[in-house]
Amino acid sequence: MTRTVTSGAPMSRPPPGDIVLRGVTLGYDRHPAVHHLDGTVPGGALLALVGPNGAGKSTLLKGIVGEIACLDGAIARPGRADTIAYLPQAAEIDRSFPLSVLDLAAMGLWRRFGPWRSLRRHRPDLLAALSAVGLDGFADRPIGTLSGGQFQRALFARLILQEASVILLDEPFSGVDGRTTQDLLALIRTWHGQGRTIVAALHDLGQVTAHFPTTLLLAREPVAWGPTASVLTPRNLARAQSLSEAWDEGAAICARDDHHGHGPLPPGAAGDGHSHGPSHGDGHGPHRHDHGHAA
Amino acid sequence: MIDLVFGPFLEFAFMRRALVGCLALSLSAPPVGVFLMLRRMSLMTEAMSHAILPGAAVGFLVAGLSLPAMTLGGLAAGLAVALLAGFVTRSTVIKEDASLAAFYLISLAAGVLLVSLRGSQIDLLHILFGTVLALDDPALLLLGGIATVTLFALAALYRPLVMECVDPLFLRSVSRAGGPVHYAFLGLVVMNLVGGFQALGTLLAVGLMLLPAITARLWAADLSGLIPVSMGLAMIASLTGLSLSYHADLPTGPAIVLSAGALYLVSLLVGTRGGLLLRLLRRRHLEA
Repeated sequence: MTRTVTSGAPMSRPPPGDIVLRGVTLGYDRHPAVHHLDGTVPGGALLALVGPNGAGKSTLLKGIVGEIACLDGAIARPGRADTIAYLPQAAEIDRSFPLSVLDLAAMGLWRRFGPWRSLRRHRPDLLAALSAVGLDGFADRPIGTLSGGQFQRALFARLILQEASVILLDEPFSGVDGRTTQDLLALIRTWHGQGRTIVAALHDLGQVTAHFPTTLLLAREPVAWGPTASVLTPRNLARAQSLSEAWDEGAAICARDDHHGHGPLPPGAAGDGHSHGPSHGDGHGPHRHDHGHAA
Repeated sequence: MIDLVFGPFLEFAFMRRALVGCLALSLSAPPVGVFLMLRRMSLMTEAMSHAILPGAAVGFLVAGLSLPAMTLGGLAAGLAVALLAGFVTRSTVIKEDASLAAFYLISLAAGVLLVSLRGSQIDLLHILFGTVLALDDPALLLLGGIATVTLFALAALYRPLVMECVDPLFLRSVSRAGGPVHYAFLGLVVMNLVGGFQALGTLLAVGLMLLPAITARLWAADLSGLIPVSMGLAMIASLTGLSLSYHADLPTGPAIVLSAGALYLVSLLVGTRGGLLLRLLRRRHLEA
């Protein structure tokens, strides 16, 4: 975690609000799902995370929120980790639990109210949050009776109440109809206007082009990162597709790590058993590998 | 009728003691059972109750048929298995049900081995089916204490416990409370099982915890209804079970659990939340 980075000079503390990624490698069982990612998500950014399935989008979000630890490199988060709100890909929530929509949204207040403080006087706030996502009159409905889109709206109400400065969304619109998507995108624009940092993993490129000023195209390796129009070019997208390779059970230990701290590459180690392919070309945007790491 | 139900309690002190003990257990075990049911841990409770056996057996070996010794032993064994299983779940790929199953099987085998080292068949039956008609003052105090601690702990843990049940990932992202809450809850489960073990015996300790909770699901929609309804059902089962066992000369533990079971079967038919009769009636749907 305490690696000195890039350009030789020791990194000064990141300005407030930035998420700084330094040589971040994230993965499972030592196999990288996100490989050597460098870059900065500036405070207040509205960043789309795009890439084919298995490109490491969810993994990167989990890494930023601290759900999984970095295999290598470090992530500097603004403030404490719990000022980050994270909406995972719809999965682990037990929707058969007898809980009202209002109570689900109220979970967002945990950080301010903890386990014991009364929420009774804040019912208007809760109802306002539900109203902001178009769930007027749903307060006392059990969560099990909501449709997929309504449930996603309820989760966005919870995000509103979290009042986090950084909001991470993992494919928030999968299985959600157009109308709901438009409403929730409007909400995201409001958050952006309030100066919050938003990173969203998305598949719909039209959506990304229309609503997200910056994009990171990921295919385990970062393919391109910058203004959306310059990232989502046919050439970049084709390369992202070709880069998303299969899990190689017998993959060798990544030689770039040696390169980081333990002197030069062993001869011939870079080419075989190591499936980075053509990713070392140029056009990486902010990502480069041949920067001289200070040991 | 009233005389039939309450007569034995007016007449005999040991029946009154049994009733008080069971009512205390009816206040604490069913709410714990409600959370177990909602977390789909119902069957794991059974495993946990078996894990208590070797601890009680060690107490039995050391001090004979002594309540405090067996209680302490049971508590220690139950907590050890709960903690070990929880630890294994959180730090390896083994899921919670599998790790609990592994530990309880080890524990149960050790328990049976230990009991058979000393003591007769009658002692074993005693351990398995409880001693509710011989509750002395320390045992009553223990049951009352367990009920008090359980209710206060559930009140204190309520909000994070609900969040841990519904969306553990979210709780983990906003707080570190998830782990401690989980262990505290497992601790409450063990404590109540040990309490039930005094009154009903290890094999049936789970009965008063889970049957009223599951039955309550057929009558109440949310937690604010489930918890009181489950307590009420457990009290009814305790009362009828005890007087039934007195009049028909039946063993008390099974009588109480069978009463709870009868309430469940009846509720399956006539329950207002998804009972079978209501489904057959097919009421007309609402406008919106």
